[in-house]
Amino acid sequence: MTDPTPDAPRTTSRSVGGDLVFRATVTAAAAIVPLLMAALFIQLALGAWPTIKEFGLRFLYTSTWDPVAEIYGAAPMILGTLVSSIVALLIAIPLSLGVAIFLTEFAPQRLRGPIATMVELLAAIPSVVYGLWGIFVLIPVLRTLVVPVLSAVLGWTPFFSGNFQGNSMLAAGIILSIMILPYISSVAREVIRAVPDSQREAALALGATRWEAVWSAVLPYCSGGILGAIVLGLGRALGETMAVTMVIGNRHDIGVSLLEPGYSMAAAIANEFAEAASTLHLSALAEIGLVLFVITVLVNSFARLLVWRVTRKFGAT
Amino acid sequence: MKISKAFLAAAAVALSAAACGGSEQVVLLNGAGATFPNLIYQKWIIDYNNANAGVELNYQSIGSGGGIRQFSDGTVDFGGTDAPMKNADIDAIGGNVFHIPTVLGAVVATYNLEGVSQTLRFSPEVLSEIFLGRITNWNDARIRSINPEASLPNQEIVVVHRSDGSGTSFIFTEYLSKVSTDWEETVGTGKSVNWPVGLGGRGNEGVTATVRQTPGAIGYVEFGYAMLNQMPVAEIQNLEGVFVSPSIDAVTAAATGAMETMGPNTDFRVSLTNAAGTGTYPISSFTWLLLRKNYDDASKAEQLVEYVWWAVTDGEADAAELGYAPIPSQLTPWIRARLEQISVDGTPVWSGQ
Repeated sequence: MTDPTPDAPRTTSRSVGGDLVFRATVTAAAAIVPLLMAALFIQLALGAWPTIKEFGLRFLYTSTWDPVAEIYGAAPMILGTLVSSIVALLIAIPLSLGVAIFLTEFAPQRLRGPIATMVELLAAIPSVVYGLWGIFVLIPVLRTLVVPVLSAVLGWTPFFSGNFQGNSMLAAGIILSIMILPYISSVAREVIRAVPDSQREAALALGATRWEAVWSAVLPYCSGGILGAIVLGLGRALGETMAVTMVIGNRHDIGVSLLEPGYSMAAAIANEFAEAASTLHLSALAEIGLVLFVITVLVNSFARLLVWRVTRKFGAT
Repeated sequence: MKISKAFLAAAAVALSAAACGGSEQVVLLNGAGATFPNLIYQKWIIDYNNANAGVELNYQSIGSGGGIRQFSDGTVDFGGTDAPMKNADIDAIGGNVFHIPTVLGAVVATYNLEGVSQTLRFSPEVLSEIFLGRITNWNDARIRSINPEASLPNQEIVVVHRSDGSGTSFIFTEYLSKVSTDWEETVGTGKSVNWPVGLGGRGNEGVTATVRQTPGAIGYVEFGYAMLNQMPVAEIQNLEGVFVSPSIDAVTAAATGAMETMGPNTDFRVSLTNAAGTGTYPISSFTWLLLRKNYDDASKAEQLVEYVWWAVTDGEADAAELGYAPIPSQLTPWIRARLEQISVDGTPVWSGQ
């Protein structure tokens, strides 16, 4: 059999004018994104220049934040953003992958739609509502039920030592984990669903259990996509502002214990920007924005690299 | 055809605007600044706009810092602030500003202590030591000695402060700086400061929620907010040694007490914290409107001064029910003297009704 002859190309003279306009339009649309990124970076760097000049690298590793004496060190916020996001990922990854695997592999057909919709609805709740829920429901539950157990069992580790006052890194991490769960699980669900049935059938035919089939045949096949889903969730956790500031305690201190209050970069900007009057204070907040921007870019690039390596490794399967 | 249609439409708009505004042109006056007095400023503006067809006022509560910035940049006709402008900022705009007090606010200490039904009392020393993190338990002897009737529990004190930059924090830290040298040296006065201890809550509502949810917590919120939400508030010992609970009258008394030290030519940027007078609540403060000494536009200046005079006289009747303390009536002649100096090209625009 010979290949069917493709249709002759359309007469170029008729569409070339329109195509040029179209091409220019979409090119411009695509160019806006890198231009915006560059403009954002330049603007933040310019705004941050007075503090960069004044404090240099000390801004990144000192922890005194004193607007009265005009001394600024952002280490507690940088650490707080990273720690609360990592806690969120530790909770959200197993939970959301569990949801995704259940929905694609095990759930009865009529349950899949409703549960998937409910998970996605979590993403539609405004973050201030999560914050209120955190203050009025989560923190009291943590105080009366969870933390006493945690302290009794894990109190010997530095991570769960000390006094629990309610607003804490732990509360922020848990709130964030619920907020990023829908992002990770919806993307993971789509990715797992895209795995060809031949993968599952092959594993099952070899005598694998359902669990073994999912673990050894399905997940490795789509691990790149799942990493992508996790990165999406992480990006959301790094930048979340309102819900975090309502439960994290807003304390400029570096504590190892998750039971102690902390601070995050986005929360600091939201809290102090409106009333910051001095040049140096405004500039310190701009530098926090710059650091957050750079960290987000670094984390995403690292994750891209990871996805690329993983897909290359399993690309052949 | 097209042109004449557009022309007709423009004419119609102009006509209807003229019909609404009467025969005079409507003077537009824009202001921006402090969020604390927003409630009463909006009420004043609605009432005043309704009663005066020739003027259209507008106030945006973007925060004191933003208010000062926009006023200094000249993007608004008047500003509003809870913390007076610094001398350097006034010099930067050539001294072209009057601070006009409009109403008074106060900051109250609220707490969450189960089993304590009495109203707690704090002396300046105890309050500053708590916020410095040096008194850490509710059964500390220094708290017990001024609250002999209360059965204070053996419970850790959790300090709650504002995490956002705020005029409320400014007034509170200004008070603490005045009554405690240690506070002044280690923390100081500001809308955002380096708090020695405690949790940060966002806004009055954030502090309130955290205090209510945390056993053993103490925090500070704006007086009107605490009153409307019926929160437990502490009595604070004033300069004369009397423990006073916050009330509209006790806050107004702070301004009356401070007038002794002011004199008619004051620029009104005075601190009212720890003011004299036996009935004075000590953590009180003015909130100010920022007006220019010299305006460019005579009709704007005239309408603005007219409005401000109405606000600080007739408008004060609205204050109490909205949770603000009115300025004492003894102060209005001094404000009037200041308003009469506002001029365009060296000519005063207003000489009273």
